[in-house]
Amino acid sequence: MPEGKRAVTPQDARQAAEELGFPVVVKAQVQIGGRGKAGGIKIAKDADEAEAHAEAILGMDIRGLTVHELWVERASDIASEYYAAVVFDRGAKQPLVMLSSQGGMDIEQISEEHPDAIARLHVDPLVGFLPFQGRRLAYESGIDPDVIRPVGQMLAKLYNAFVKLDAMLIEVNPLIVTSDREVVALDAKVSVDDNALGRQPEVAEMRNLSAEDPQEQMAKERGITYVKLGGDIGILGNGAGLVMSTLDVVAQAGGRPANFLDVGGGAKAEEIVQALEVLLSDDQVRAVLFNIFGGITRGDEVARGILQALEEIEVNVPIVVRLDGTNDVEGRKILAEADAPQLHPAKTMLEAADMVVELAKSGAPA
Amino acid sequence: MAILVDQGTKLVVQGLTGREGRFHGLRDREYGTDLVAGVTPGKGGQDVEGVPVFDTMHEAVAETGANTGMVFVPPPFAADAIFEAADAGIETIICITEGIPAHDMLRVYNHLLTTDSRLIGPNCPGVLSPGKANVGIIPAHFFSEGGIGLVSRSGTLTYQIGNELAQLGFGNSTIVGIGGDPVIGSSFIDVIDLFENDEQTELIVMCGEIGGDEEEKTADYIAEHVSKPVIAYIAGFTAPPGKRMGHAGAIISGSSGTAQAKAEALEARGVRVGKNPTEVAQIAADTAGTRA
Repeated sequence: MPEGKRAVTPQDARQAAEELGFPVVVKAQVQIGGRGKAGGIKIAKDADEAEAHAEAILGMDIRGLTVHELWVERASDIASEYYAAVVFDRGAKQPLVMLSSQGGMDIEQISEEHPDAIARLHVDPLVGFLPFQGRRLAYESGIDPDVIRPVGQMLAKLYNAFVKLDAMLIEVNPLIVTSDREVVALDAKVSVDDNALGRQPEVAEMRNLSAEDPQEQMAKERGITYVKLGGDIGILGNGAGLVMSTLDVVAQAGGRPANFLDVGGGAKAEEIVQALEVLLSDDQVRAVLFNIFGGITRGDEVARGILQALEEIEVNVPIVVRLDGTNDVEGRKILAEADAPQLHPAKTMLEAADMVVELAKSGAPA
Repeated sequence: MAILVDQGTKLVVQGLTGREGRFHGLRDREYGTDLVAGVTPGKGGQDVEGVPVFDTMHEAVAETGANTGMVFVPPPFAADAIFEAADAGIETIICITEGIPAHDMLRVYNHLLTTDSRLIGPNCPGVLSPGKANVGIIPAHFFSEGGIGLVSRSGTLTYQIGNELAQLGFGNSTIVGIGGDPVIGSSFIDVIDLFENDEQTELIVMCGEIGGDEEEKTADYIAEHVSKPVIAYIAGFTAPPGKRMGHAGAIISGSSGTAQAKAEALEARGVRVGKNPTEVAQIAADTAGTRA
């Protein structure tokens, strides 16, 4: 990687640029791709230009993420731009190494229009990346003959980093050759398996828990799986598949789901309260659907959680509850005995969907 | 007959002395599963409610003749447990553990190709053959014996569809949760192939979700190799692209992996797709009724 400095204000960027020497590149630091296209990467010839670019890029919105940080680096003198990546190919269940002589911004387009322009090779994870594979990719991609060896070595390094970091993706774009024929990784995108963060403490530390959406932020802090969808019917269920299915059924009934929320297996009353709090903090929500099919999760525990939530937080919207599975009879009994005006029991998933859509439409106060 | 687990199952549980392993292991035994052993390194010689515990899988297999394993080991050690089970010659390994690093599973998957062991999961609810054996965490009392084979990526959705079928009076040959992770030991195709060759199974219900292209591949396989009727359900029509929906596998990017694309691929190959669990159960019941 070329020499560079971090900057969080236009003045920082100006100073960094002056120390590095011109020209410099000012780059938005956000955890998403497509920065170049969005105008988040700019070249500056002098200090004034560096400051102006920094001013423009800071605070910019790139695909839903706000730029709070910049990276200022010495502009490289580029003779060729290549593309290299190692991808976790879940279909083939092997890592896939890719190399193209046509790097730069439009790799997605190249991949779509000229798939042959990208050389690809699967790697046996039990054997690892072999030198011949580096050579083969280099020859097949049609890169300049004099850099075949260093590019092959770069691919081996990327593969090793991919394994060492538990990565799902390592992408170098562009991988450049300078005019003195040096191979440099100018920019890289790495995504790491969430399940491996326990043994990747350095990566875990870099993890950005901030989300633009206040509910998603709150859910992340509580370790709840929540996705904002923008409608007015709050959805809560157990198990990703069942919750996705619930969203579909509500949409089929003519409703608009506000969110995806999976309380997971074996949720206890306190977790139900926490989850409901996240869900209800979205003021778009006009009705809520609880869809629980208990396996490890127990219906009585869920029922107690709902009642506890009604006591602890103000609930002004109707809640349709459909409980089936382990201890469903006990759960339904607990809810019936509480006789809370906000609660509307439903027998089946489809009935629950129809009820919640109706309640959201009528906007009936609880 | 049923598939994967039945009266011939001799179960060893890796992690039987842990809280979850003990609870579900004993619950499976209560259902009638022949639970012959547990394995926890350092606890050899102890027992869990009369079930002998061994230090190694090799010892457990040698002493008890166990042929089926259930892995209830924490994520950082689960891959090692699967390797050990395969090395000890276990035929069917069912891994319930959620959260195993994907690179670990990559090594496990590619290694198992060179062995005779079959892996179900990880991150799955297990396998239930009603009336015969239960290996995993599926609440068995919702299901009865019958002719419908059910295979699913999602646990609770499996219970939902199984329950809808039960209310219509239909039982199951075997219910298989294959798991929601990016790398799983057995695919829809592997399990559907077993159902195709199982006498008890009359028709097959598969329950997929957004992400990856397994459902599309399965559609092609069914068209060429499966004679029994297959009915499908796909969850996630309302999922927005680029968002992860809980299961590690349930993420869609671009147009590939959408529920719509999967449903269309299946329908183009003659597989009927129900638009919700209730409709899937209804189609399955109608089809089974016609065949009977």
